Amino acid sequence: MNTIKSPEESRKVLDTIFSDLTRSITHKDELTRFWFFILIMFAGVGLWGWIIQIDKGLGVTGMRDYVSWGMYIANFVFFVAISLIGFLISSALHLLKISWSKPISRVAEQIAIAGVALAGIIIVMDMGRPDRFLNVFLHGRFASPIIWDVTVVTTYLTISALLFFLPLIPDLALLRDRMTGKVPTWKLKIYTILALGWKGNPEQYKTVYHAMRILMILIIPVGLSIHTVTSWLFAATLRSGWDTTIMGPYFVAGAFVAGAAAVVILMYIYRLRYGLKNYFEDFHFDYMGKLLVFVSLVYLYFNINEFLVPGYKMKTAEGVHLQNLFTGAFASMFWLVQVAGLIIPILLMLIKFFRKPLPLTIISVVVLIAAWFKRYLIVIPTMEHPFLPVQNVPDYFKSYAPTSIEIMITLFSVFAALLIITVLAKLFPVITIWEYAEEKGVDKKYFSKQPKN
Amino acid sequence: MERNTRRNFIRKLGATVGAAGVVGGTSILSSCNSVETSSGDKIKLLTSSGELVEVDKSQLTPAEMPNLSENQTRGREGLPGRSWVMVIDLSKCRNARECMKACQNHHQLRPEQHHINVLQMQDAEHTAPYYMPKPCQHCDNPPCTKVCPVNATFKRNDGIVLIDNERCIGCRFCIAACPYSARVFNWFEPRDAEKYKGVTYNIEANVPQKKGTISKCLFSADRLRDGKLPSCVSACPNGVYWFGDRNEDAVTNGTTKETVSFSKLIKDNAAYTLMEELGTKPRVYYLPPKDRAFPFEGELIEHHS
Repeated sequence: MNTIKSPEESRKVLDTIFSDLTRSITHKDELTRFWFFILIMFAGVGLWGWIIQIDKGLGVTGMRDYVSWGMYIANFVFFVAISLIGFLISSALHLLKISWSKPISRVAEQIAIAGVALAGIIIVMDMGRPDRFLNVFLHGRFASPIIWDVTVVTTYLTISALLFFLPLIPDLALLRDRMTGKVPTWKLKIYTILALGWKGNPEQYKTVYHAMRILMILIIPVGLSIHTVTSWLFAATLRSGWDTTIMGPYFVAGAFVAGAAAVVILMYIYRLRYGLKNYFEDFHFDYMGKLLVFVSLVYLYFNINEFLVPGYKMKTAEGVHLQNLFTGAFASMFWLVQVAGLIIPILLMLIKFFRKPLPLTIISVVVLIAAWFKRYLIVIPTMEHPFLPVQNVPDYFKSYAPTSIEIMITLFSVFAALLIITVLAKLFPVITIWEYAEEKGVDKKYFSKQPKN
Repeated sequence: MERNTRRNFIRKLGATVGAAGVVGGTSILSSCNSVETSSGDKIKLLTSSGELVEVDKSQLTPAEMPNLSENQTRGREGLPGRSWVMVIDLSKCRNARECMKACQNHHQLRPEQHHINVLQMQDAEHTAPYYMPKPCQHCDNPPCTKVCPVNATFKRNDGIVLIDNERCIGCRFCIAACPYSARVFNWFEPRDAEKYKGVTYNIEANVPQKKGTISKCLFSADRLRDGKLPSCVSACPNGVYWFGDRNEDAVTNGTTKETVSFSKLIKDNAAYTLMEELGTKPRVYYLPPKDRAFPFEGELIEHHS
């Protein structure tokens, strides 16, 4: 990487990188405003839906006594899933010294932060009494998997935010020094405050490296447990379809599939929108495609274990559940998810052409949508088939269909997540400038405009 | 010693409640202290059988009523020395559903909300169908209380699994965990929410019901405290239910009022519990539907739609 360059050349390279990577911040046009308008409008509509739900009760949803968890929980699992990619890309790959993933790590962290934040919010929206949310802390008992989940989600959010923030500090100093006049003063103020008086001493860099390494190691158990614990919400119950020991690894593998797809989509959007062709290069997409194939294969393997083995035995209650998935009411969704969302993408991505940016992004969109429906299939069919017959209740108790309020709130969560990502992209560079410049051979001493030492 | 005095205190409280025969709001009762004779003012009160009555203020005597927190504390402890069990004789049930009605009245439930539900059952393809009343099983190893994040549902000393709807956050994890589908949720404002507004919450009957919280069968714990049988047991016209104390080894039939040995009853009739393979250890025992007192009528509904 390090090809020593003359001071002039170094400065020039840094200037180019800086102006390229801050384009997302300085770029202002009608499209951006329109995008913000759309995001805020949809998020607002969703919040309005929530107000109706609080006022009238959870009965405005399609859930009833038998199917008592619905789309919200599927949504929650989905958001937890995509957030797990932050752990894979910015920690696991780094620790394995796989350097191509470096420019992508901030994209992954953006998704992680947005995902885990929305997971936390959606679970509050699913509560019958959100006004008693504090009870979770006042009367929390560690025997309940929900408390494990609350603990892990908050820890993961904290570590992800730190992993996003720490490598950002030198960038913030760069922005503070170089953006005068280019951005409004409130933004400059934010940069100045957040830069924490960064000077760029070797000791400071050492501290950042050290802290990042600790966080990267810390996030491994936390990252693994966040989705394992989420799977235990289901696996800890006695219901057929959930009562399986494979749930933990099954969820983690599925999370990597969804998260990798989300990262590819976001990379493509940044590349297109901010002209970052030279930063999110074709080989990045190629590698991401290979990574996606790998995690998809692992996930496929778990799917075979999850469905083929009980499908072979067809035990009474399990059989009813599986019949419903294979040939019953959920058959079309189930087979679409498995074939179009998993098997076909794997086969396509084995071919080099489909790992090029545009084809890979299209595949990723399909995979991501399928991942959402997969979560739906995990939550709802099991609840529709309890052990004892569903009798003496109105017909609409027997099956579940989401209502418009639920769709509004689900849309809210999607758009709120996009809003978080957009705000992060509008405030901070989407690739770590100093790391990237260093990779291109620019010495650290050129980073600050007036080196103090 | 400290325990003893507390028990005494609780017993006294219980006696006062029984004598007054009313479960009312603290606000109402505190106003009773300053009542003059024959004021002509009428006051609405909720009787222990779950009915609203209007009484002249002058007829009320001040009673020492447990306030909400005392109510919750004693509700969590349960009746000392007791270990409640229920035996359901499937050969006697003819789907009269009087138990369901009585229960829904006592616990202020909507018609589709069942603390107890009478199910049509068929164990295998060619076996004889039968009716099976299904209350909460009050498991000794309850899956529902394990998963509750805030300890809103709990098992007390006398074996009853209760729910505190003043604490419940409405996450519905207990519904997901219960293999017997014994729990219901207040999806909307409960039945009669207006009528019972301001009435102190009675944890042992789970009334008034509250929007956004769980409700469930409680073996009519409030009636047990008064020395009465649960609503469903008393309401059954066919002698289906036996209810009693495992420690005393005695169960009483709600219809015939006959009291027999619990262990002999379940032994002689080869009683079983529901889904014992799950390890939940239910406290509700079933006597097999042998020598049926009535024919199974109507068409059998498919078990799994």
